[in-house]
Amino acid sequence: MKGPMQGWPKDLIDLDQLTEQQITQVLDTALAFREVSEREIKKVPVLRGKLVVLFFHENSTRTRLSFETAAKRLSADTLALSSSGSSMSKGETLLDTARNILAMRPDALVIRHGAAGAPVFLGERLPIPVLNAGDGPHAHPTQGLLDLMTLRDAKGSVRGLKVAIVGDIAHSRVARSDMVGLVRMGAEVRVAGPPSMLCPGLEEEYGVTVHTRVEPALEGADAVVMLRIQLERQRGSLFPGAREYARVYGLDERRAALMAPGSVILHPGPVNQGVEMTPEIYGAPNSLILDQVTNGVAVRMALLCLMVDPPEPGASAPSR
Amino acid sequence: MARHLSLKGARIQGGPPELERGGDILITDGLIAAAAPCGGGAPECPEGAEVVDCTGLLAFPGFIDMHVHLRTPGQEHKEDLDSGLAAAAAGGFTSVLAMPNTSPPVDTAAQVGDLLARSLRVRGGARLLQSACLTRDRGGESLCEYFELKEAGASAVTDDGGWVADGAVMRRAIDYAAVCGLLPLTHPEDPTLSRGGLMHEGRISTRLGLRGIPPQAEESAIYRDCALSLLTGNPLHVCHVSTAEGADLIRRFKALGARVSCETAPHYLFLTHERVLGFDSHAKMNPPLRTERDREAMRAALLDGTVDAIATDHAPHSSLEKEVEFTDAAFGITGLETAVPLALRLVRETGMPLRLLASLMSLNPSRLLGLPEPLKPGSPADLTLVDPDLEWTYRAGEGFSKSRNTPFEGWEFTGRAVMTVVGGEIRYRLARG
Ligand SMILES: [Zn+2]
Repeated sequence: MKGPMQGWPKDLIDLDQLTEQQITQVLDTALAFREVSEREIKKVPVLRGKLVVLFFHENSTRTRLSFETAAKRLSADTLALSSSGSSMSKGETLLDTARNILAMRPDALVIRHGAAGAPVFLGERLPIPVLNAGDGPHAHPTQGLLDLMTLRDAKGSVRGLKVAIVGDIAHSRVARSDMVGLVRMGAEVRVAGPPSMLCPGLEEEYGVTVHTRVEPALEGADAVVMLRIQLERQRGSLFPGAREYARVYGLDERRAALMAPGSVILHPGPVNQGVEMTPEIYGAPNSLILDQVTNGVAVRMALLCLMVDPPEPGASAPSR
Repeated sequence: MARHLSLKGARIQGGPPELERGGDILITDGLIAAAAPCGGGAPECPEGAEVVDCTGLLAFPGFIDMHVHLRTPGQEHKEDLDSGLAAAAAGGFTSVLAMPNTSPPVDTAAQVGDLLARSLRVRGGARLLQSACLTRDRGGESLCEYFELKEAGASAVTDDGGWVADGAVMRRAIDYAAVCGLLPLTHPEDPTLSRGGLMHEGRISTRLGLRGIPPQAEESAIYRDCALSLLTGNPLHVCHVSTAEGADLIRRFKALGARVSCETAPHYLFLTHERVLGFDSHAKMNPPLRTERDREAMRAALLDGTVDAIATDHAPHSSLEKEVEFTDAAFGITGLETAVPLALRLVRETGMPLRLLASLMSLNPSRLLGLPEPLKPGSPADLTLVDPDLEWTYRAGEGFSKSRNTPFEGWEFTGRAVMTVVGGEIRYRLARG
């Protein structure tokens, strides 16, 4: 098969571009790839000879390594560009970057950027698939997918689950992609955070319920996603401080007890232990934080496989 | 020997009602000599007059854009006097009021005099009206020398681009400007509420993860400035009103007797914050595109006389400032070459009388800026001729501005300005294919 699959977007900016069926297909494919990661030889030749450029304009070792691992397990070559690296001089515009990336003849671009919308900008200017690995507070679709995969694994299905998302909703790309993905897959989503960390129109825009206290969001929930708090935001008068946040919004055993039996705990990582959750919660058996990491590689393999033009059987060199 | 231009058969708007069904205008040596209905009492056409058949066209007193950024001096790669004034004339404007937030800012009589003198050397194009800073170096602290600015030919004072945060300074400015016969303009925006904002704060900014600008940043500033106008009893003009409550505040202050006036821009009448979906930097301006409710309220405020003028806030930027991430892109869009077709579209969509259009785009700005009464015998012959039925597609690349940062690229319009007469001289005439 040549070119992007029928009905798939060229770029993946956020999960609202995918139908429920397409998301299910990604998760099913990811499940098959997760199995590859458990083999002795953790590699399949799906993207042999393909070049995946990883452009990380914002530092994120975890997401970069996850994408890099995913690409390598698919036998693709990878090229990591970071803004601090020699290839990216200060003052170079995103348009220049796009042109330079294209000159390397890559087959896909993975981009992490501090500015919301940067992947859209590149997607409009590059003929290759652009995968958003997080753009400012806007979207982080692979995180949304790996959270869906983790929940589906743990609970059998996402449909009908009551899921709470707690923390700095306004500034979180994880919250946005989770809301979009969870609602699309039929979950009932409640978000909670201090008023300074919420933003207008969440109900109508995402179809979620909004709470300024954490307890009503946790009441009877099947799962909770605790968002990472950017401690430096205290200075912007977004919240008075980590200590009070932990007391009022943090997840401890008392609050966890409000959730439904068999509930699970997610966090995009890295966790500020003692702030978003107590160390006991972090280490609890129903904390799936490390499963999320494993699933992250699998969904990224699935996406690369589904969105990057796979080689024609028997072809010695990629034709383009 | 006297020079004559005779415009025959246009439906003349904004003057005596008997001219609205068709009339002739005779211009002698750049001044209106006479305007009379066709057939009865039409002025004698002198020997050697240039005669233009204007049958089927609308003639308006020359349109005046009270809010443009011509980027001169300092940012001539975006626009200069030649390109900006040519774009204005091509868009149907006979005069434009240039904002002083240039680099350096225009805050002395010498700078005003120099810009006006340079504009007279521009061949073709609209007239330049120049505004000067309200405070020195737009610093918001000490007033500029308004008497000297007025003597040098300035038409208004403003720190546009930013708000004068100090209320006492603004109060004195309003008083002082009134004595000098200069119109003070305010850019209403409380920066402590708008800081870091990139678009209207609402469900779209939530969806896009972009920092929002709440409408209250504009409205609280409008409230204070209107209150100061009421306090002083002196005129104040509010720039680029974009919100429902902002317009309503002005409506209420007018009812209280405050001598306030205001303008809005065409984009607030046609576009909403939904246009930002997709992160198009051509939908990024300040104030930002608001909600559908605001858009409808601005149209209503236009129709009920709350809004005095349509002004473009023409803000040209090159691709260096616009073809970048949305978050880094400069605020502002061009407007000179789309305002008239958009206004004509508004007439079609709302049934707005052409007389009101003449007021919004010519008579009111002329009165606010203290210019000679248009269409009156003896006044400078500034006229805009409009073909209301001409169908065309806007392409920024075919225009006269140096910049192409428009959200209206590819829009299909019915009607446009086809001839712009400045001081009796045809400064722009649409080439017919
Ligand atoms: Zn302004």
